[in-house]
Amino acid sequence: MTLPAPAETNVTALPFKAPAATVTVLPRPARRLNFAGLAERLATVVIPPMVVLAVILTVWQVVFSQPGSSLPPPSEVWAQSYDLIVDPFFVYGSQDIGLGLRVLTSLQRVAIGFGLAAVLGIAIGAVIGQSKWMMRGLDPVFQILRTVPPLAWLPISLAAFMDSGPSAIFVIFITAIWPVIINTTVGVRNIPQDYRNVARVLRLNQLEFFFQIMLPAAAPYIFSGLRISIGLSWLAIVAAEMLTGGVGIGFFIWDAWNSSRLTDIIVALIYIGVVGFILDRLVALVGSFVTRGTSAN
Amino acid sequence: MTYLEVSSVGKSFTRGASTSEVLRDINLNIEKGEFVSIIGHSGCGKSTLLNLIAGLTETSAGGIILEKAEVTSPGPDRAVVFQNHSLLPWLTVYDNVKLAVAKVFARTKTAAERHDWIMENLHLVQMAHAKDKRPGEISGGMKQRVGIARALAMEPKILLLDEPFGALDALTRAHLQDQMTEIHSRLGNTVIMITHDVDEAVLLSDRIVMMTNGPAATIGEILEVPLQRPRNRLELASDRSYLKCREAVLKFLYERHRFVEAA
Repeated sequence: MTLPAPAETNVTALPFKAPAATVTVLPRPARRLNFAGLAERLATVVIPPMVVLAVILTVWQVVFSQPGSSLPPPSEVWAQSYDLIVDPFFVYGSQDIGLGLRVLTSLQRVAIGFGLAAVLGIAIGAVIGQSKWMMRGLDPVFQILRTVPPLAWLPISLAAFMDSGPSAIFVIFITAIWPVIINTTVGVRNIPQDYRNVARVLRLNQLEFFFQIMLPAAAPYIFSGLRISIGLSWLAIVAAEMLTGGVGIGFFIWDAWNSSRLTDIIVALIYIGVVGFILDRLVALVGSFVTRGTSAN
Repeated sequence: MTYLEVSSVGKSFTRGASTSEVLRDINLNIEKGEFVSIIGHSGCGKSTLLNLIAGLTETSAGGIILEKAEVTSPGPDRAVVFQNHSLLPWLTVYDNVKLAVAKVFARTKTAAERHDWIMENLHLVQMAHAKDKRPGEISGGMKQRVGIARALAMEPKILLLDEPFGALDALTRAHLQDQMTEIHSRLGNTVIMITHDVDEAVLLSDRIVMMTNGPAATIGEILEVPLQRPRNRLELASDRSYLKCREAVLKFLYERHRFVEAA
């Protein structure tokens, strides 16, 4: 007789309170809070750089507005290079194209050079990391070669390839490969003995070991190498194109300098910076996606 | 007929000019289906002996024969469960077991059979519910269970356990010990387990191999555990022959072969 009574009180009590309270009250504050929180988070990310940018532009405008100043102020950049800023993809002639298209040409070279460097760098790094003797033999050579500045390779690669296109790609390749090799080597040498023992007990062959143990285990190292490399590649392509010519963004700067279009150079610099930033973030993003779980031990 | 035969095995490591002898003249015969524990103070070469049987380390003297074939290199017929589970952290629980199954049964089982076999082994250690989790998302005891499932899934002739429950808390350890006994009684595997836990050794083993202290450690004594299976941890706690075995091991370890350096 005591059991049904509390059950009844429960049944009557719940419907009265619950629907009225939850439906009308709960969602609204939750949504408001979410919007406010989101806006606040966005503001904390966006506002500080905006303020800094505004300050920089103002100072720049004030400092270079006097007559006879050597560099143009932002207002002049906007006025004179308006078409470059507004439309990145215009085509007015074979040499007169938008900066977006020029960047794409440069990116294409970077993609080939960096791609080759990544594949070969990982392969060479894996071999060196696995073999003590290869390490002893090759490491000193690599340590010396990696300090050679990108442009120092250009004359010799021009002599070897007799063409500016492949030479520029080679310069990127030779600049980008060292961090990949060195980081892959370190990553492979740091593979825990346990994983190697697992592979040995299972009798994985070299190829299976490479793809199933070595690559995933060394992936965090490899990607930090790739991230350094993509930055260096972008650094090298601009410099190389200034010397080899063609349609790239690097040559555009050199060309603008020769025809005294200072405002165009400033716009190009901003393009280069933004693209470099995007490349870096892209590799980091791929890296964090691929290596998810590897460090969670 | 002896299943695993370890005869006059010795192992010394050479570094530069100095040579240190770790194991000397180890003789051990193990029958099929036997559960043998190796116990000894730390640094006495227990793990080295297990690595020799696994083939992960080469012997300096003597030889090891498993079912009429000499052990020269590691292989899936001698599956090892490592102390720190050594699961691959980028693979899920299922994929960790799959790595072993795909390699060992590449030709003998179809894809569907392999899947069933993986799930069967995960069920055996009661980890099927977590098959899509990564090692980082499960507890230490669960990782060790997956490690055992991976080893069992290779269908090894002999299962080598290197202090499998050493890194676990006491309650989890007891739970896994019970599971191990149950698996052993169901599948009848031949098992060699390294441990430094006296109760664990007596509870699980048919025989306990007690090692002397290094350098040049060898087998000091082998104790038969005359306890009926299945064994119950609670009933054994006051069982006379259990206590006698326990006492014998303790006496060996702390009276006759005290670990001098630890004092």
